[in-house]
Amino acid sequence: MNARRILQNIVPPLVPLVLLVVVAEIAVRAGWVRSFLVPAPSSVLASLLAESDLWSATLDTATSALIGFGMSVVIGIAMAILLSSSNWIRRAFYPYAVFFQTVPIIAIAPLLVIWVGWDHTVVASAFIVSIFPVIANALTGLLSTDPALKDLFVLYRASHAATLFKLKLPFALPHIFTGLRIAGGLAVIGAIVGEFITSGGIGGSVIISRQQNRVDKVFAGLILASLLGIVLFAVINIVGGLVMRRWHPSERESQ
Amino acid sequence: MQLDSTVAPNTPLAVNLRGIRRTFAGAVQAIDGVDLQVADGEFVAILGPSGCGKSTLLRIIAGLDYADVGSIEVLAARGGDQRIGYVFQDAHLLPWRSVLDNIALPLELLGKSRDEREAAARWAVKLVGLEDAATRYPAELSGGMRMRASLARALVAKPKLLLLDEPFAALDEISRQQLDEQLYRLWREQQITVIFVTHSIIEAAYLAQRAIVMSRRPARIVLNHRLDLPLQRDATLRTTVEFAREMQTLYEALEGGQRINSQRGSNP
Repeated sequence: MNARRILQNIVPPLVPLVLLVVVAEIAVRAGWVRSFLVPAPSSVLASLLAESDLWSATLDTATSALIGFGMSVVIGIAMAILLSSSNWIRRAFYPYAVFFQTVPIIAIAPLLVIWVGWDHTVVASAFIVSIFPVIANALTGLLSTDPALKDLFVLYRASHAATLFKLKLPFALPHIFTGLRIAGGLAVIGAIVGEFITSGGIGGSVIISRQQNRVDKVFAGLILASLLGIVLFAVINIVGGLVMRRWHPSERESQ
Repeated sequence: MQLDSTVAPNTPLAVNLRGIRRTFAGAVQAIDGVDLQVADGEFVAILGPSGCGKSTLLRIIAGLDYADVGSIEVLAARGGDQRIGYVFQDAHLLPWRSVLDNIALPLELLGKSRDEREAAARWAVKLVGLEDAATRYPAELSGGMRMRASLARALVAKPKLLLLDEPFAALDEISRQQLDEQLYRLWREQQITVIFVTHSIIEAAYLAQRAIVMSRRPARIVLNHRLDLPLQRDATLRTTVEFAREMQTLYEALEGGQRINSQRGSNP
């Protein structure tokens, strides 16, 4: 990426951000908005720098979200392979996967504490929220294999394993990465919801800061949570770009 | 046993189809009683309107589809080794593999050793004149080059029978002409049986020794015709009176086949 493209891509989204920060700072300092409702951006920045517990909380949340996300990737893709293997299995089980997705995580988080214990609630919550998009997108990808190529594999009597690993899974990769991008953000949300219950990580810090009327610290936590989601999204995008750089038209065009 | 009049008696057959019928779900009849014999080493073109069931016929020969009624004998499919090559309407390469790895795929699926795969893929890539593009990826190739890679993939396992399903239909006129000539040369050099499905009269007349013309769906054979043209084919052939006459014969049969079924359709 050359300097010109960096300017074109990075500068425009920064403009509204800077404006917002300046306006918020002026509004709070001039007393138009009371600082216990909206903190001055400068005080948010100050607590970001001063409160070292926020950073260790972020690390905790990141670890839990990543473990939950990793489990979603492995188990979600495995389930999609299973569901794609037979129409009967898909008809029998896929409706439950859809139903599972509609269960509000905030409502089952307390149940998770009972089932998996305090130590694992956050990871379990991240996992439960993020697995569905992995299953759904991987399944779509696995079912959209080029029929002519399937014929080719039949013609040369390819085994099930060869058809899966040399044709169906690589073919599904663009869909799988779409699922991963969604799942990454959801894993962070799931982890924070779990932390509302366990009082650890960013989620716990936000709850405690609110109880202490530290709106600046609440905002600092929110910013860190967003950053976490963005970083995860970016990493998944970069990995996807590397894996598919040679072949997928949408990846080629975006280069 | 009465053989098709245009295949001499006692000729070894590569393909022998008798009374093939195929009806798809929803009672769409694709093929309605087709007898077809193809001699070993012959180049046969199957000509018919789009969607008439000729692709289905080819898929049945390849063992990718089945007939509801009728007997199918494909000698090339006998024995343990894979002896059928198949070229689809588009190249259908694996986009994440280089040209050479795409060409080697059939041998990989058949469980051949790395050395054998490598050697055969090098041979096939040369056969279609793609040596210079061997390490490139499908997205970096022109349509004609992709199709040539696809042809090399069909030839890499040294098939006895090569089936092509409107293979060059999506290409521009020049690339198509080049590939037609390349295919014809390969057929003469490699001693393979070729069945070539097309909806182009020129292509059928230019390439084949024998043309089978099919009617509209449900497909029946309306003409089984040995082309009276020299074995040596080049661009000048297309401007000859003989070529024009053969094209006329095929055209009339094709048009007749459309009419027969439209009458059948309007007056059941």
